[in-house]
Amino acid sequence: MSKPLSFYRSYFLSKTMSFLRRRNGTDSSKTRVADPNIKKDGAADDDKKKDEYKIPQRRNYGSKKWSCWDNCCWFIGLICSIWWFCLFLYNTMPDSIPQFVTMAITGPLPDPPGVKLRKEGLMANHPVVLVPGVVTGGLELWEGRHCAEGLLGKRLWGGSFGEFYKRPLCWLEHISLDNDTGFDPPGIRVRPVTGLVAADYFATGYFVWAVVIANLAHIGYEEKSLYMAAYDWRLSFQNTEIRDQSLTRIKSNIELLVATHGGKKVVVLPHSMGVQYFLHFMKWVETPAPRGGGGGPDWCAKHIKAIMNIGAPFLGSPKSIALHFSIEVRDIAALRAQAPGLLDKDVLGLQTFKHLMRMFRTWDATFSMIPKGGETIWGGLDWSPETETVNNSAKKGTDNSTRNTGGNGNICNTKGVNYGRLISFSKDWAETHSSKIERVDFKHVAKGDKLTNSSNCDIWLEYHEMGNRAIKAVADHKVYTAGSILDLLHYVAPKLMARGASHFSYGIADDLDDPKYDEYKYWSNPLETKLPNAPDMEIYSLYGVGLPTERGYIYKVAPPSDCSIPFQIDTSVDGDSEDSCLKGGVFSGDGDETVPIISAGFMCAKGWRGKTRFNPSGIRTYNREYKHAPPANLLEGRGTQSGSHVDLLGNFALIEDVLRVAAGATGEDIGGDRVYSDIFKWSERINIKL
Amino acid sequence: MASNFLRLRKPYYVESTINCSSSSDQKLVNLSFGINETRNQTKKRQAKEHHGRRSCLDSCCWVTGYLCTTWWLLLFLYHCCLPFTVGHEVPELMPAARLKREGLKGIHPVVLVPGIVTGGLELWEGKPCADGLFRKRLWGGGGFTQLLKRPLCWLEHLSLHNETGLDPPGIRVRPVPGLFGADYSAPGYFVWDVLVKNLAKIGYEGKNLHMAAYDWRLSFQNTEVRDRALSKLKSKIELMYRANGNKKVVVVPHSMGVAYFLHFLKWVETPPPMGGGGGPGWCAEHIKAIVNIGPSFLGVPKAVSNILSAEGKDVAYFRAMAPGVLDSGTLGLRALEHVMRVSRTWDSVVSLMPKGGETIWGNMDWSPEDEHVCDFSKKRYFRFSPSDNNVNNSDAKQVFRVKDPVKYGRIISFGKAASVLHSSQLPTTVLKEILHMSASRNFNSSCWEAWTEYDEMSRESIRKIGAADKAYTATTLFDLLRFVAPKMMNRAEAHFSHGIADNLEDPKYNHYKYWSNPLEMKLPDAPNMEIYCSYGVGIPTERSYVYKLSPSNKCKHIPYQIDTSVDGEDGSCLKSGVYFADGDESVPVLSAGFMCAKGWKGRTRFNPSGINTYVREYQSKPPTSGIKSTAHVDIMGNIALIEDILRVAAGATGEEIGGDKIYSDILRMSERINLRL
Repeated sequence: MSKPLSFYRSYFLSKTMSFLRRRNGTDSSKTRVADPNIKKDGAADDDKKKDEYKIPQRRNYGSKKWSCWDNCCWFIGLICSIWWFCLFLYNTMPDSIPQFVTMAITGPLPDPPGVKLRKEGLMANHPVVLVPGVVTGGLELWEGRHCAEGLLGKRLWGGSFGEFYKRPLCWLEHISLDNDTGFDPPGIRVRPVTGLVAADYFATGYFVWAVVIANLAHIGYEEKSLYMAAYDWRLSFQNTEIRDQSLTRIKSNIELLVATHGGKKVVVLPHSMGVQYFLHFMKWVETPAPRGGGGGPDWCAKHIKAIMNIGAPFLGSPKSIALHFSIEVRDIAALRAQAPGLLDKDVLGLQTFKHLMRMFRTWDATFSMIPKGGETIWGGLDWSPETETVNNSAKKGTDNSTRNTGGNGNICNTKGVNYGRLISFSKDWAETHSSKIERVDFKHVAKGDKLTNSSNCDIWLEYHEMGNRAIKAVADHKVYTAGSILDLLHYVAPKLMARGASHFSYGIADDLDDPKYDEYKYWSNPLETKLPNAPDMEIYSLYGVGLPTERGYIYKVAPPSDCSIPFQIDTSVDGDSEDSCLKGGVFSGDGDETVPIISAGFMCAKGWRGKTRFNPSGIRTYNREYKHAPPANLLEGRGTQSGSHVDLLGNFALIEDVLRVAAGATGEDIGGDRVYSDIFKWSERINIKL
Repeated sequence: MASNFLRLRKPYYVESTINCSSSSDQKLVNLSFGINETRNQTKKRQAKEHHGRRSCLDSCCWVTGYLCTTWWLLLFLYHCCLPFTVGHEVPELMPAARLKREGLKGIHPVVLVPGIVTGGLELWEGKPCADGLFRKRLWGGGGFTQLLKRPLCWLEHLSLHNETGLDPPGIRVRPVPGLFGADYSAPGYFVWDVLVKNLAKIGYEGKNLHMAAYDWRLSFQNTEVRDRALSKLKSKIELMYRANGNKKVVVVPHSMGVAYFLHFLKWVETPPPMGGGGGPGWCAEHIKAIVNIGPSFLGVPKAVSNILSAEGKDVAYFRAMAPGVLDSGTLGLRALEHVMRVSRTWDSVVSLMPKGGETIWGNMDWSPEDEHVCDFSKKRYFRFSPSDNNVNNSDAKQVFRVKDPVKYGRIISFGKAASVLHSSQLPTTVLKEILHMSASRNFNSSCWEAWTEYDEMSRESIRKIGAADKAYTATTLFDLLRFVAPKMMNRAEAHFSHGIADNLEDPKYNHYKYWSNPLEMKLPDAPNMEIYCSYGVGIPTERSYVYKLSPSNKCKHIPYQIDTSVDGEDGSCLKSGVYFADGDESVPVLSAGFMCAKGWKGRTRFNPSGINTYVREYQSKPPTSGIKSTAHVDIMGNIALIEDILRVAAGATGEEIGGDKIYSDILRMSERINLRL
């Protein structure tokens, strides 16, 4: 029936096969007939010979029907053509159509805050400094090993992750720091990307600062009045100065901004870990020259109008404990968004975890996120600021009701949850009263009997040196609070913590005038530093609420195997009821998905409120909370009312606050505190000398 | 391997389509396309017709699929093989790799100052037509795709305000900062990339390498007024100086960046309201050396033709980055007018006009290049890029010789005769007479769309100016331009001056408009500083033009054109209406080298503290591409130049890298220039 057609096809096919064969250089009897065609390269000769060779070909293949190969080609061709066609249509489509469609579905969108405020007449006033947090800043390669040849100037982190996704081990090698020094390994130089591009988008389409920048631009900001204080977020804060002079650069740029804006002070917007980085900066800049920036005691007062901390982990985040202990968390939001499969055990096997853990453990900056303030802040064995103690049974009823009526104030039923126990080995130990727990001290258990075959492990972790007895001892201690967790980490990873301890401190100062607090390792801990003497400055803490945030973990000892991490979150453990705070081995509290409220809000709600010993000049502080509401529909993307840690930077209410302050408003002008959670009540329960 | 395969594939593809469509197998064709229906019976015919139609569509899909699959396969193979094949050193990086082995280490911080049109520009606020382009590149990078999508919108956003020379209301276009702002201004068109990579190799990184991005469309002082670009540069240099152990910086300006940095040198030492207030010792304290690359110290004649008619032999960058835009065929002749309208709002173009007038550039009968021999093929390689559409007959083997010296001094002449005859034979109509006549302007021009100021000139005065046998020198040229583009020159001359100072002590020279003209400023008091003039030679460079009236006189038309029909006889420097001299394709040797060779050499009134100057020429050699090229932009990838820069950055002085290195006649030319020093 379709004989001519198949003639044609088979002819074409034979041509294909024949030159495929020619390419491979192998001989095949099937396609010998087509051979002479190939021997002539000149097109003219081919034309002459064509007729000669066509006939035998057809005899051989004439009766053949559509082969699988043909079908595949046909199908791929069809898809490609349709794809190109659609692409063509999409590109020729006017740009306003997506917006038009959105409008048709959802009704007119609210103006972005920048447009709205511009109509109100707000204009750019104070220069703005953006301080990105951990993970969100871009890193680029300046010098690499052999495997990274030709990737100079490409992004190693952020963006499209350069070309590195093709060479994961090479990437790990370059992104890791040296285990002993905390700097780059020899022969590798990875440096932060500078300029606004450093952290406007983390990856294509995943905004970090882009929305804030766009809205600032609406009221007249531009490059000259915006500064992205990019730094290498892997290094400890002081090391960014030693290696890159990052703090000096920030100082110089802020001075320039103030000078070129006629003496107008800057508004600083630190996000996430940038909050602690900027605390460190403020101490550094006023410390005399050899160790500090030598800006003099009134530098901050002269140059800074307000610090608007966004999603501030002032007192650390419990998430970092799980990260250090076993590199598991419910999610590392940004990393997951970028590489969904990367963290999944099943994709590349457990090896992935250990690679990541090794990389992660070389980053000093992660130590800054370990919970600070110990049991005083985070709660002891039987109490925590977020929950009622049993003794207060009289007040209990009213408290619960206020929390529940406070507009879904509660993420879950906090009754009976011991948030103070950051790590428990089994659900029972997490719930039993402390008097019934027998804890075995682990510190004196000698390490030694090595795990079997640990010498085979190609990845070095300190766990391999622990031995089974030590592992058992750690598990026998049963529960750990924010205080004892440090001992635990020191025990399981002594070298690592020794490095970390020289750069960060997690305690509470008894006497802030003690000269030892001049050392830089205390500068990023708000409980061990005094704020600068700048009574006109304002400090805001802007954070999201209404999302379940990791607050405590239930661990188990992993089944023994070679070279694996011996502890795991026990994901099989769930709470008894639907609204239980325990899910998948994780106790959740209220927060922005990464930072619990207590860490983000306590300093501004109590620690610095009024004139305290941490805030001797009485800098005014404001708590601004943003309740999470999921995006109304898919077209809204990551939402304009989100409260989650990174998406908060796209929250319209937050942006409006930022714009108003940047345009000159004070904290009182924008409405003072704005609180949905019980942060003030919780802060009251924290017993700290002020 | 891959290319072989691709080459093979093509003939077969063609062959088979021939089969499918026409020649040999009549039956197949008939069935496939259902043309010859009468031969078959109706039922069969319908069935076959059905199949025939499907088959052609099917085969199309089949072919597409086949090509795609092969392509992907090859791509896959290519990527798989890539990591194993990149083992050997990239030749581009060779100087740094070699010098690193010698033990060279970056010591002095380096500041790069890009030139005109090489920096990226991005949008911060725009009209509705530019929706969704916030912080997207308009110029450089992917910016030129926008040009194709919405050309008029793009041009509107790149124009500046006609009177202020700043942004038009409602539009904010800003330079892209950062190191990667200026490199790769278009894909594949490297500017700074090779140099940055080489610097990185000997230890440079973000903290000691800075790209001084500025908006190259603005006049230099306006970059400070609008963007604080000069303050930023000052603060950055101070920071780098301090953060790197009080090591002075090495500045590497390119092209117009040279004039920009001269402006900065004066600005930074001038007290606050007008200047940066760095004090008189600032440059001596902070700057080790200025390595000027392809410096347009005294301007380029190309700028004149660009202003007069938006033409040039080529506007090198423009063409290289946006091919097709200037080609009149693409968007019609109006493309040129649009380009002209936009570029006339850019003050910086005026900074590139020839400076120093007849003293430097020569008068009607004399020019410093008098003895120049236009024999590029004998002495050097005559190079034309394929993008030259004005030069149709680019036979590189032709040898030109002159007996009479070319009258280079006449930068613009109308008609070939005017460019050749002795000045006494030329009529002496003064431009001012025409100015008198120009009272009657034709206001009936409803063609404001592409406004070029030419619409406001009467046809009569246009014809008068362009009457045959008129010639303009570097001095009278300004009268001409003031006449044809009064508003632009008015605006721009408040920011730039093109003369020669008689008395540099005159307080009027404290004004910023003189700061970028090396002939009207004194170098700072920094005896330990070094100034290098590094440029390419041996490439024919536009030096003067033969113009004619455009044939058509309709609305929206530029009335003058380069007379491309004019060619010299064998042995003249004239080709297609353009006289060529030695240079780097954009900047004549005279402009690039004079200041270092004579104007500042030793202790002169322009250089009172006796700053050492060095002329470093890089000669164009036969395969003039890649690492040996000396053309204006390509020289940034020249390994000899890169090596010099690396050595200076690593601490070498001018003497240590070999002092002057001269191939051209620059010393003799300079001698002929009679300038009081």
